[in-house]
Amino acid sequence: MISKNDVKYVASLSRIHLKDEEVQALTQDLERILGYIKNLEKLDTSHVEPTSHVLPLKNVFREDIIKPSFSQQEALKISVEQQNGFFKVPKIIE
Amino acid sequence: MNQQTQQFETVIGLEVHLQLDTKTKIFCGCANAFGHEPNTLTCPVCLGLPGSLPVFNKQVLEYGIKIGLALNCTVSSFIKFDRKNYYYPDLPKAYQISQYDMPVARNGFIMAPSQNGESKKIRIHRAHLEEDAGKLIHDDAANCSLVDYNRTGTPLMEIVSEPDMHSPQDAYEYLQMLKLTLQYLNVSDCDMEKGSLRCDANISIRPVGQTNLGTKTEIKNMNSFKAVKEALSYEIGRQESVVRSGGVIVQETRLWDENKQMTFSMRSKEEAHDYRYFPEPDLVPFTVSEQKIEEIKTALPELPLQKQARIKERYRLNDYDSFILVQDPLVAGFFEECVTLYPDAKKICNWITGPVLQELNAKKVPITELKLSPKNLTTLIQKVEEGVVSNLVGKDILKNILETGQDAGDIIQSQGLAQVSDDGALLKIVDELIKENEKVVGQIKAGEEKAIGFLVGQGMKKMQGKANPKKITELLKRRILDV
Ligand SMILES: [Zn+2]
Repeated sequence: MISKNDVKYVASLSRIHLKDEEVQALTQDLERILGYIKNLEKLDTSHVEPTSHVLPLKNVFREDIIKPSFSQQEALKISVEQQNGFFKVPKIIE
Repeated sequence: MNQQTQQFETVIGLEVHLQLDTKTKIFCGCANAFGHEPNTLTCPVCLGLPGSLPVFNKQVLEYGIKIGLALNCTVSSFIKFDRKNYYYPDLPKAYQISQYDMPVARNGFIMAPSQNGESKKIRIHRAHLEEDAGKLIHDDAANCSLVDYNRTGTPLMEIVSEPDMHSPQDAYEYLQMLKLTLQYLNVSDCDMEKGSLRCDANISIRPVGQTNLGTKTEIKNMNSFKAVKEALSYEIGRQESVVRSGGVIVQETRLWDENKQMTFSMRSKEEAHDYRYFPEPDLVPFTVSEQKIEEIKTALPELPLQKQARIKERYRLNDYDSFILVQDPLVAGFFEECVTLYPDAKKICNWITGPVLQELNAKKVPITELKLSPKNLTTLIQKVEEGVVSNLVGKDILKNILETGQDAGDIIQSQGLAQVSDDGALLKIVDELIKENEKVVGQIKAGEEKAIGFLVGQGMKKMQGKANPKKITELLKRRILDV
């Protein structure tokens, strides 16, 4: 059973602020999704290799060769605030 | 049992993060480099911009396998990456690509020689690949933090030990050996000051005899092996005093404060540890063939303990000398080159582990950057052994070589440093000495042979150190005692 507290907890982990009615709706949605997973669990998968990726691909590599990077100016374009070439963010308290 | 007299045992496990020295980052083509202007080594991938996709650097996997094999691990034939989710400004994607349940390597061990000459086996639990985060600078005055994303995406190998260490000294010795092994592999500069090698510790105590582990704390922010030792010693004392006073250890992360020499609780929220790992959908899995593993294994260099054993046996050195020589593969190589040029390995070893290492430690440069070649060093040693120059003058000549790179033979010749062994010239000096020191001569005649040393010293002074002291002693004895 998914509780409202579970939903609030996951939302806080994801930095999402939910209104009470949203918590209510999401609780029901998640409950239904997990219910569906319960159905899948009824299948016998003992002879199936675990899937770690849905694409039928493996070993996609890149050679260790340097490509051009953004200039500092270009990189900082996406910043909200900047200072001396750095991204400036609210103080992180440890 | 009385809490005051209870004896405790310490249990320590270490997590080492090693930056791998590839040309580019782990998932993008940005240069993997230190010391550049902030935010000049980024791209859509390492900044986590929407629509960008990571592609795994082949070299990183090779290095990972190399490290795993050198640490006697089983290398996985199938590996995948996972997302570790957390929010922090140094992590632009809000997740770190790491490996959760299928690391590159697991179940290894390292033999760490300890002070008493015995080796301790420390097991490696696992070693996995992941990406480094950016660098945060806290600006207290401006009440803000500044972020440099150059480091974001630097390839890391995290090496997790089993809790097999029982003292700060154990931890120190493990780290020394691990670092040395990694240096031999040439996969990282292992420079703790630059942050290429970082170490966190898990530590707990338990009453002696108890098999269950006590509650552990995780210690971070230790910037040198010495700091690791100090932080662990402090933490043992802290945990013991908590338990002795009837308290309980709280599982938490604590930061080492170098200035105060104490650990402090980080007081992070518990939820920070709920990482919600799941398979990384942007990267497909990787397989490693037996053949590939065998290839890398064959190409592994001789590792420190193998090298020590070989050098010790081949050149008949003792444990200590051979251990010192292999502390730097370049020094060991220099030594072995010297031995091909001059047969007395022990003499060569003494010169290298003495004055040459002193110079290396003072200058903090690799031995290959000194103005000293194996040829020049062995020439010098030969001159000393043949009595052409004294040991003392030899040391001065070495200093000269290290400064100028001049040939030892040339220095001796141009500065007229060769000892005078010629009887005629020395006899003149000896006669002077006898005339000027009647009293001492009397003592020597009376049987105080030790007094001869004083005259030899005076004679060396007269010759400005360029005489062969053995020869002077011989001549003095002949003149005074008629032997
Ligand atoms: Zn990049």
